[in-house]
Amino acid sequence: MTTQLTHLTIAEALEGLKAKKFSATELTEAHIAAMAKAKPLNAFITETPEIARAQAKASDARYAKGEAGLLDGIPLAIKDLYCTKDVLTTASSHILDGFKPKYESTVTTNLWKAGANMLGKVALDEFAMGSSTTTNYYGNVINPWSKWNGKEFTEKLVPGGSSGGSSAVIAARCAMGATGTDTGGSIRQPASFTGISGIKPTYGRCSRWGIIAFASSLDQAGPMARSVKDCALMLQAMAGHDPKDSTSVDVAVPDWVKKLAPQMKGKRIGIPKEYRVDGIPKEIDDMWMKAAEWLKAAGAEIVEVSLPHTKYAVPTYYIIAPAECSSNLARYDGVKYGLREEVEGGSLADMYKATRRAGFGKEVRRRILVGTYVLSAGYYDAYYTKALCVRAKIAEDFRKVFESVDALLTPTAPSTAFVIGANEDDPVKMYLNDIFTIPASLAGLPCMSVPGGLAADSLPLGLHVIGKPFDEQTVLDVSLALEEAAKFTAMPHFLAA
Amino acid sequence: MTIDRATVQKIANLARIEVPANEEEALASQLNGIFKFIEQLNEVDTKGVTPMTTAAKVKLPYRKDVVSDGGYAADLLANAPDAANDEYFAVPKVIE
Repeated sequence: MTTQLTHLTIAEALEGLKAKKFSATELTEAHIAAMAKAKPLNAFITETPEIARAQAKASDARYAKGEAGLLDGIPLAIKDLYCTKDVLTTASSHILDGFKPKYESTVTTNLWKAGANMLGKVALDEFAMGSSTTTNYYGNVINPWSKWNGKEFTEKLVPGGSSGGSSAVIAARCAMGATGTDTGGSIRQPASFTGISGIKPTYGRCSRWGIIAFASSLDQAGPMARSVKDCALMLQAMAGHDPKDSTSVDVAVPDWVKKLAPQMKGKRIGIPKEYRVDGIPKEIDDMWMKAAEWLKAAGAEIVEVSLPHTKYAVPTYYIIAPAECSSNLARYDGVKYGLREEVEGGSLADMYKATRRAGFGKEVRRRILVGTYVLSAGYYDAYYTKALCVRAKIAEDFRKVFESVDALLTPTAPSTAFVIGANEDDPVKMYLNDIFTIPASLAGLPCMSVPGGLAADSLPLGLHVIGKPFDEQTVLDVSLALEEAAKFTAMPHFLAA
Repeated sequence: MTIDRATVQKIANLARIEVPANEEEALASQLNGIFKFIEQLNEVDTKGVTPMTTAAKVKLPYRKDVVSDGGYAADLLANAPDAANDEYFAVPKVIE
């Protein structure tokens, strides 16, 4: 029974709850038991079984009264970038040691209002900066697709990043879904690496209030789960206007779930030719072309399109994101929260420098330095303003293309999950992991990754769908058509239940 | 353009992050690698392009200029490494 419950999709579990086949408490206990068995993944920074139990009990009371919400009784993991009231929130950084927010993020508030419950807080790359979750202060998170001999992992693959704790626990069947955040690919690339789905909605769709900021003009919350429909259900609960975030857009949240349909008749799907870059493994290209055939078979018209500034997206991102990060992370000064390193007889500035040195990891420090440099006197226009102008050209490329197509199809990532420690010698090499995901982030577009199949190394590969602003419906529909054609049922080596 | 050890220290000071001397060289080399990669943006003609500061195509909202929040000093100080009189953040001495 326990095993069955943790293998359900959110949509299936909601049906079971409504039909009273099992209670929210039983569903949640099954996941709490799975969480206990998932320790080898090192995915949870904080486990909150007592909170989950109390929330599940309240869900059962609502089911009894026939007042259940959209996600009532569904156990979720929360990326540790979301502030959760009185529960340790770390951003996977040493500098937030002991930080227990006195407030709850808008998105998690929305999820609890919909009846979901919190299993715990899961790890990420420190301050969401990375593609591997190896910059987590609390140690590496292991991808459950790594080889497992029943006792230990005999190889250790990254779960992707930055939402690597989220992707690992969903794939290993110890959470039904999880929140992620995506700045340049942090929902989509980990989804691709672990054989699950994840959507980054249009910038402004979800409130950023209470989510620890990395690059504010790019950061966006989104759901990760094991099916397109599950992502739609979660997004429905998470999205909505919030006066506390001035970039949160005041538009109605459509009923995506109700309208979800895989019919592609009349849809034009673009294949951006600039995404066929050199050095991408042939099997990824093959999978991409196969996916185009699937959509064609479902009724879509496939057209080649051009996004001429694609190759400039990653360098543009690596000016804008560090610039915004250097500004956002200035608040960690050893005064208001978290770590403080005192210097004997030292000045206030000495305390700042020692605290930030000790509290931030290598990659975060590096990005703060890059950002500080590009914003400093004499370089601001040459780097930062230049990047903002190229960003405008990248967004304009998309705008033009969307005059003639409904969505774009690309691969999610240029590789399958790599071994922990790979790509670490060269930051630029690591940055190129997000080559397919960054352009849409810069333009603020909705985009989703769904599993396409397994590569020759038996690891999952994701397909990436990009849509027009606020047209999450088409993104979800195209993703559903891909999901139905891919019939992805492969399981990771490590299962928590 | 090349970032040397002195530049590393200058940026580190602006960012208020201590960088020990034995890390300057490696950091300078990594930053140069990143900037070399970034400099390909110079190939793009951006004459007359308006810089894009946000992807949100919304007019920033106005609100009434009234107090809408506040009155919880204890909550704000609850996570402070050091606080004084339950009213202030405390920092190392700044004036003699």
